[in-house]
Amino acid sequence: MATGNLTLGQEQGTLSARQRIVNDFSIIVATVNGSGSQSSNSVLLKSIFGMGVPVSGKNLFPSNIAGLPTWYTIRASKDGYVARKRDSEVLVSLNPETAREDVLALPAGGVAIYEEKLNLKQYRDDVVFYPVPIDKITAEVCPTAKLRKLVRNMVYVGAVAQILRIELGVVEGGLRKQFASKQKVFDSNFGAVKAGFDYAQQNLPKQDPFFIERSNQTTGQIVIDGNAACAMGAVFGGVTVVAWYPITPSTSLVEATIDLLKKLRMTPDGKATYAVVQAEDELAAIGMVLGAGWAGARSMTSTSGPGISLMAEFSGLGYYAELPGVIFDVERSGPSTGMPTRTQQADLLSTAFLSHGDTKHPILLPGNVKECFEMAGAAFDLAERLQTPVFVFTDLDLGMNNWMSEPFEYPAKPQDRGKVLTAEDLDRLGGFARYRDVDGDGIGWRTLPGTDHPKAAYFTRGSGHNDAAGYTEKPGEYQAIMDRLARKFDYARKLVPAPVTVRDGRSKIGFLAFGTTDFALRESLDQIEKEYGKKVDYMRIRAFPFTHAIHDFVASHERVYVVEQNRDGQMASLLKLDLPADQVAKLRSILFYNGLPIDARTITEEFAAKEGL
Amino acid sequence: MATATANATPGPKVNQIGLPILEYRGGKSTLCAGCGHNAISERIIDAMFEMGVQPERVVKMSGIGCSSKSPAYFMSRSHSFNSVHGRMPSVTTGAVLANHTLTALGVSGDGDTASIGIGQFVHLMRRNLPMIYIIEDNGVYGLTKGQFSATADIGSVLKHGVINDLPPIDTCALAIQLGATFVGRSFSGDKKQLLAMLKAAIAHKGTVMLDVLSPCVTFNDHEGSTKSYKFLQEHDDPINEVGFIDDFEEIDVDYGSGQIFDVPMHDGSTLRLRKLHEDYDPSDKANAVRTLMEAHENNEILTGVFYIESQKPTFIDQLNIVDEPLATLPQSLTRPPQHALDSLMASLQ
Ligand SMILES: Cc1ncc(C[n+]2csc(CCOP(=O)(O)OP(=O)(O)O)c2C)c(N)n1
Ligand code: SF4
Ligand SMILES: [Mg+2]
Repeated sequence: MATGNLTLGQEQGTLSARQRIVNDFSIIVATVNGSGSQSSNSVLLKSIFGMGVPVSGKNLFPSNIAGLPTWYTIRASKDGYVARKRDSEVLVSLNPETAREDVLALPAGGVAIYEEKLNLKQYRDDVVFYPVPIDKITAEVCPTAKLRKLVRNMVYVGAVAQILRIELGVVEGGLRKQFASKQKVFDSNFGAVKAGFDYAQQNLPKQDPFFIERSNQTTGQIVIDGNAACAMGAVFGGVTVVAWYPITPSTSLVEATIDLLKKLRMTPDGKATYAVVQAEDELAAIGMVLGAGWAGARSMTSTSGPGISLMAEFSGLGYYAELPGVIFDVERSGPSTGMPTRTQQADLLSTAFLSHGDTKHPILLPGNVKECFEMAGAAFDLAERLQTPVFVFTDLDLGMNNWMSEPFEYPAKPQDRGKVLTAEDLDRLGGFARYRDVDGDGIGWRTLPGTDHPKAAYFTRGSGHNDAAGYTEKPGEYQAIMDRLARKFDYARKLVPAPVTVRDGRSKIGFLAFGTTDFALRESLDQIEKEYGKKVDYMRIRAFPFTHAIHDFVASHERVYVVEQNRDGQMASLLKLDLPADQVAKLRSILFYNGLPIDARTITEEFAAKEGL
Repeated sequence: MATATANATPGPKVNQIGLPILEYRGGKSTLCAGCGHNAISERIIDAMFEMGVQPERVVKMSGIGCSSKSPAYFMSRSHSFNSVHGRMPSVTTGAVLANHTLTALGVSGDGDTASIGIGQFVHLMRRNLPMIYIIEDNGVYGLTKGQFSATADIGSVLKHGVINDLPPIDTCALAIQLGATFVGRSFSGDKKQLLAMLKAAIAHKGTVMLDVLSPCVTFNDHEGSTKSYKFLQEHDDPINEVGFIDDFEEIDVDYGSGQIFDVPMHDGSTLRLRKLHEDYDPSDKANAVRTLMEAHENNEILTGVFYIESQKPTFIDQLNIVDEPLATLPQSLTRPPQHALDSLMASLQ
């Protein structure tokens, strides 16, 4: 403690002329893929969280298992902004290959904490340098060469913690939680943290203005990634059949689902209340999902763009034969393989109409991890209620990165298993017509295979059928079903999550966005207000088909900016198909599609340019 | 109820669950008159009737093709799913996972299975999913008007003279190699053999794969075709005589000793194979595949049960699923309790 006071004294000496920047900056950690920096970065993030400071983290990793450059950014924001920031002020440099580029990217006055051997001082002199002999320290604290790779990263965690004034006890607490049952692993990791911390304390007097100071803004909050949140939503939503094929960035969604199912969904006598199949490809995965949905299970798959493309034919069958199923799409960049480890919101248009013929599908658009949990559960209700495949869209940014959130609430409503007739119902009714709209909502009643009644069976087919599920090629009968399907889709507007009015100040200018764009847009709208004195309105879309509130929002504004992360303005296009013709000209697009998560500054600048501000 | 009526008046013959065969019939076939597929539908009806299967406990699954249409022509009291081309295996897998208490009967064609569907076919075979998979094999794509399929033999000639010069895929050899536990070949024209094989298939627990040669009278029944009625009748070489003995039937011993291969089935019945080829042992996997390969070299068409293994765990056993259908589990079993979520939340704080 005595040394602590001494250090503080030194700080005040060197920083008296400069302003302290507290809880409002970004850290970028440059390492090599496969070096195990994932867990150390997450410890750093959780330590800032543990200090009570709002924080977000983003992993910018290559499509490769080991050896390529990877960056992790951690943003601390007292204002609660969690979007990517264009520049990071604090660099942790461990990758020789990118060291020069990384240090040159720092803003003047920034901080470079780095492996001493990289000698970053040679490249510029307007940033604060903290060389740390990481390899040397590692060798000292970890005599076993084999383990060094793992603890090496913890050394920089310790150094960064000390330099930014993150309390060592908080780092320790986080580590203890992470390695709860593994005392030995904890010991070696914390030993490395402590060594890095001590080295910085003894050798690196504070010369920079960046501080993490204790706050209480994260009390009661959780940290989780979107894929794990979707997995929880599915497991608490009662999923019983999971079929999947691995693909980045959706793989961890199913892996998390499997972990949770094993823990939470076994009967007392050790039997599984679920089935998981790793299918041979995405065609088989969706086939299994629809087969299971047909037979009455709550079924799901999870994929990304390439898998969505493969699911096209089956999606049309699901729509036309009216089969429930839930499909998660964790979107990534690009046509074809594109940039599999980068983010985008570019599957919207192709999925809304996925398949051939007159087809359309409901899509849920969670905008944060809490909604991932809620909408994942709701998707099963919706799929069974509407008897159709329901898509849930997230993206790599939401799915694979860590986010703060209010804790998730236990589902308040019982599961909605939709319109299913039992044998007793059939006794009473004397029969049924599978595709007849008896309730006026466009949804027929179905029976499940195995229903013990001679009138229960019906024939499911992708070929033309009439309302009694009989084969037909009669123009009128075919069209009647297509018209009913259109009515059903229209009815879905009432069932899907309503949009959220984020800002409504009766401005002439409105913004529409969805999913992860929300994080950056909220921040941008604050910038627009602060810097241009303009208050604008904002509504966040949470589903397709669009609810009428979205129509009203467009109708009540002169100009509406649709901000999204794809090249062609897919959401704007989808809106244009749905809005009355006289409203269409109001829409304009702000687009971002380089594979990085969108940032606030980009939106603000584009908006200012478009408005001539 | 049907039994009572049957006892009171000399009505139609009923089976052990009291249903007349009428209750196993389907819609009127729209396939060509004389199409082999129609004969297979008839045998399915007979087998289900004779085995006393409750029609509501069966799901009929298919892909796309003339063959895949046929589930509409038998067992109208069973749910049916005519899916997409080549993908019946995945849809059936899903349905069986959702409700493994049902008997799944899949009907496919040689195009549906051996071309577009070969990927799903091989993976289905690996899993030993409990189901009966029937290929109605005519060597052509009937529904798209007679192109060669991947089961057509080298040298077989299409109506307009095109000769097939690519080797056929032997779906039975594939299925055996990959893990199916009951594999055989039959001929739609051999009523007795096909019926016995179907009955044994119903009694089997695991994947049954039956390749049933089924002439397409419209596109592949001419001189020069190796899948015509005439050619098949002349070349059909049964490897064993298939008999099926219900658990309630007397086992009649009319075979010479040493030539019988009895397989006890899960439901207590017996599959009795009388060896027609010397020393053919249907429990020997490697020999089964070799025999099939040799038959191709000798231009022979073998039929019969090539391989059977009645003890192997099914996919459902391996997944350790609860006894009740997953589809209808109550919310109390599929939604973990509040405290489970609370402790998850606590671990994330
Ligand atoms: C994706 C797709 N491609 C092509 C077709 C056209 N098609 C319908 S049936 C069929 C072939 C069916 O052959 P087979 O399975 O042997 O059945 P058969 O008619 O001979 O009984 C084809 C190619 C289709 N329905 N779907
Ligand atoms: S075309 Fe061939 S396969 Fe199709 S129904 Fe006619 S005979 Fe049968
Ligand atoms: Mg065919």
